[in-house]
This record gives sequence, C-alpha cells and structure tokens, in this order.
Amino acid sequence: MIAYFIRRLLQSILVIIGVSVIVFVITRAIGDPARMMLPLEASAEEVEAFRDRMGFNDPLWVQFWDWAKNAVKGDFGDSLWQRTDAMHLVLERMPATLLLCSTAIVLAVVASVPLGILAALKPRSWLDKATTSFSLIGVCIPDFWLGLMLILVFAVTLRVVFTSGYGTWRHLVLPAIALAARPWGRITQIVRTSMMDEMHRTYMVTARAKGLAEHNVILSHALKNASIPIVTLAAWELTRMLAGYTIVVETVFAWPGFGQLAMQAIERRDLTLIQADVFVVAIIVVVMNIFIDLIYAMLDPRVRLA
Amino acid sequence: MVLEPKSVRREDNQMAETAEKRYILDAQAAAYVEDPLWRWRGLMRMARDLLRDKVALTGSVIVLVVLMSAVFASFISPHDPAAGNIGQRLQPPGFVNEEGERYILGTDQQGRDILSRLFHGARVSMAVGIGVIAVAGTVGTILGLVSGYYAGRVDDIIMRVVDTQTAFPGLLLALVIITMIGPSARNIIIVLSINGWMVFARITRGIMLTIREKDYIDAAKLVGVSDSGIIFRHAFPNLVSPTLTIITLELARVILAEASLSFLGLGIQPPQASWGLMIADGRNYITIAWWLVTFPGICIGVTVFGVMTVANWLRTVTDPEQRVRAAPAGTGSG
Repeated sequence: MIAYFIRRLLQSILVIIGVSVIVFVITRAIGDPARMMLPLEASAEEVEAFRDRMGFNDPLWVQFWDWAKNAVKGDFGDSLWQRTDAMHLVLERMPATLLLCSTAIVLAVVASVPLGILAALKPRSWLDKATTSFSLIGVCIPDFWLGLMLILVFAVTLRVVFTSGYGTWRHLVLPAIALAARPWGRITQIVRTSMMDEMHRTYMVTARAKGLAEHNVILSHALKNASIPIVTLAAWELTRMLAGYTIVVETVFAWPGFGQLAMQAIERRDLTLIQADVFVVAIIVVVMNIFIDLIYAMLDPRVRLA
Repeated sequence: MVLEPKSVRREDNQMAETAEKRYILDAQAAAYVEDPLWRWRGLMRMARDLLRDKVALTGSVIVLVVLMSAVFASFISPHDPAAGNIGQRLQPPGFVNEEGERYILGTDQQGRDILSRLFHGARVSMAVGIGVIAVAGTVGTILGLVSGYYAGRVDDIIMRVVDTQTAFPGLLLALVIITMIGPSARNIIIVLSINGWMVFARITRGIMLTIREKDYIDAAKLVGVSDSGIIFRHAFPNLVSPTLTIITLELARVILAEASLSFLGLGIQPPQASWGLMIADGRNYITIAWWLVTFPGICIGVTVFGVMTVANWLRTVTDPEQRVRAAPAGTGSG
C-alpha cells in the first residue's frame, strides 16, 4: 500500500512536470511571446527591452529552470494582465468552479442512477426506450448551446432565474444543468448496461432463492456490483469538468470560476497566468486519478493496490 | 476470476469508458482474426440489419443528409452565405424581402441567410471531422501497429504515452496550443488530432497483438517478408472493419469539439460559417432573435445524434458478443 502510494506520487510528479514543460515549450517556442503580449504598435526597441526584462532571450531550458525554481517555492510569477500573483488569482477562482462542478455531478448522478435502474429492470419497455433516447440526447447536445437555450426559456421568457453571475442558487441552477447534461446521459447509459449485466448473474438467483425482498436483491446485490463502472465514470466526468470542460459553460454564464479565468488569460496572452492555471489543472487531474484508483480498490475487494 | 495483486494496471481502472472499449476491441479483434471471410459475409448482413433497425436507419439518413449538404453546399444554398444586407438584418424565419426572395430560416445580425450558412457550416464540420480522422487515424494506426508488432520496450513506451494522454482531459491544452499557432481550420485539425490519436493506437495494437501469434504471420516471416510488408499487407486488412466504429465515434467527438472551439472564438474565423461560430455570433441577440442560436445548435445536436447512432449500430453488428445479446431469441444470426 505504501509502496503503491510512493510509486503513484512519483508518477504524478512526472505528469505534472511533463504538462508544465509542454505548456512552457508551446507558449514560448511556438510564436513570439513578446510580440503576443505587447500591443501591435510597440517599436522594435520596446519589444527587445521587454524580451530582456522577461528573460525571453535566455535559452528555453534556463527559462524553464528559473520558472520551476520559483514554482517549487510557490511563486508562479505575476499575471501580466492583473499584475498580481498568478497562483493567487487561480486559487481565488477555485471555490466557484468547485461549487459548479460538484453541483453538476451530484445532479447528474441523482438523476441518472434511479432512471438507469428502472430501465434495466424492464428492458424494451417504453421507460427503457425513453431513457435510452434521452440519455443519448444528453450526450449529443453541445453544453454551451443547452446553456443558451436554458437562458432563453427560464431567464428571458419565464424570468425565474438569473442568466449570469454568482451568489445564490438562482445563479447556480442553469449552468449546473447545462454542465450536467452530458455526464447525466453517459452515466444513465452505463447504469443501464451494467445493471442489465448483473441482473443475469447466478448470484441473483441465489439471492432470490434465499427469499430476499426484490428491492434488497436489486439495491444491495446487483447495484453494489454494478457500482464499479458507475462510480468510475462519474469520477472521470468530474475530472473532465474540472480539467477545463467547464470553460465553455462558465463563459456562457459569466461564472467566475477558473475556467473563465483560463479563457481570459488565453485571450490576453497572459503566459504566467496560463501556466499557473494549467499547473493547477494538472494537480487536480492527478489527484482525481489517484482518488479513482482508491475508490476502485474499495469497491472491488479483488483489487489490491500494489 | 481472481486478479493478481500487481495486476491493477493504470489503464484498467482509469475509467469505465476505456475498460468498456478495450473489451469490445478485444472481442472484435478475435472475431476478425478467426474468420477472414467474415468481412464479406458481414457486409451483406449489415445491409439487411440496417433496413430492419429503425433507429440506426434514421441515424444513417441523418449522416447522409449532412454529408450531402456539406458536399453540395454551394449548389443547394438559396443565397450567398457571406453576403449580408444590413437593411434586412435579424428577420424571422419565413421572411420574404421586397424582391420576393424567401429566407426560410430567417437572417442573422448582418442580414445573411441562416439556411445557407448552415449548409456551409456542415461543410466545415465534416471537413474538420474527416481531416482529424485522417491525421489522427494515420498516426494512431501506425503507432499502434508498431507497438503491437514489436511489443516489448517500444510497446511499453507508446502505451505509457497513450495512457497518460488518455488520463489527461485535453481541452485546456488544445486551447493553449491553438492560441499560439493561430485559429484556423487546418490548426483545429492539428490540435484535435493531437487529442485523438490514442484511440486508434489502442485498437490497432490490440488487434496486432492477436494477429502476431497467427500461423500465417510466421509463414510470411519464414518466406522472408519484411516487417513493413507483414504489417501492411497481412495485418492492415484486418483492421479496416473494427476501426470503423472508432472512426464514427471520433467524428462525433470532433464535431462537438470544433463547435466548442469556434464558439470560444478559437476555431473557425469569420466570415467563414461554422455552427459553433454562428451560435457565438447569435448569442448577443438571443433576447430579440432566437433563431440565430437555435438552428445551428439543432444542427450540431442532430448531426452528433446521427453519427452516434451509426457508431452504436456498427458496434452491435461488428461485435459478435453484442450481436448475440441484441438479437431477439430465436432469430439467431450466427
């Protein structure tokens, strides 16, 4: 177990370094960062002076070494756009994104699991067909468009919730639904198929033969065994959201999370801020992946982490 | 089934999606390798199945219509997609101007015909989709073939890269890269290919691993066929059909991704028409002109729906295990 954690930790550090290097190389080697960050009318001398000041004239590995040395100390440099500590800016936006993503994933799971189970219990029934169709629609609709449609119906026409901003549940509900649609569709599908698989296992016959009540058989036998792919998928969908797929929805709803911040940083060519944002995303992904492994081992006693 | 303690490999528990895909891929690989004639028999059966399966039929019709609109966009568009007329901007669907020209789906903020722009948007979606499949498919397939054929160290390295990249959702990196190399259709293809080659590598490797144990490969080696000859002449044909499902799934992913990138302003640039871009442009007018945003979104959703349905259907007809499960008792299609 301890050996497992040490190995995973080393792997994770490698991934984080790898991603940082990739972003570093992409942002500095392709294109000219000085030209990108300065206004178009900047003179050649100004560009040169700026390059010197930012250290863009040093060899790439020297630049990366300088960046990494400071990053280890927690100093990711100042955002060129906001002129304050870049990491602080990113962390400031974390709560909003965490709130949005966790609400979305909870919505998705709560709405999908019962539906998927009911559909699996009666294959080919109208409920099964409706569930299958709707879950497919959920997967197919682009989230940003769903967001706009929700705005059109609920905020513009019915005026029950707010179109953008942050603060109350009335701000949260639309972006959370828009973000939840795809995970909802995919989780519903996997609940349905994995429940169907479990329903035909012989242990189900045994459980029924023992005289267990039907809801007991389904919930504590079939669902428990079907839960492995379900939980893994839900955790993966959460990772996916946190790793940047909220950007589009946050942009639509002007949600002040770090997805929106990433977009602003990209639009303003703010290299330090982009680098800090990607660094945080890399850490989130790595932590989530370890977390997924842990849940997996917890749910399936045959799996031992080694 | 008891798993060995050390057998918790990264890729197996990363996500249900991967596990599910691998399982399907392995089954497919086995079926194809066992029966080389399967492909020919399969084609006939596929055609028969398609006519019986209403959902799959709808899906293929949708895909066909979108493909046709993309190819013939210039001929079937009632108006010039780029020519605006401020005098008739934001007109609702069904609008007829003074010269008697009809705008079935209305006009946008510059007075351009929405229907014509949708046709041309289909062209962009399909072009980007096919481009990504060509690039990512080629690179992924070659790496997968190499990985599966040589196995050992090469395989370890390639698969480690595949795993790491699969475990890392790539949208943010894609956005960063595209900002640096500049948004354009070509660059979208590059960026989305970087994000998508892994699936091709993985399926190809799986099939290759099964094939390399076959007697006819040993025979080919004995008579002195070169490595590349074996890979391309003997192994490659086995890949065509199973890769089809992956191709369609990738197409769905790419259509959505292109729409998202264009919506964020980092994809197709104006005055070109793209569904995602049309939604971004129409966003500011959503309170006064709903049709600007609504129609392109429906196009994206319906197209992805069609492609996904075709992918699902391909999976059922090409995977023997799935076919047994899907076939109603008694009709036995074996």
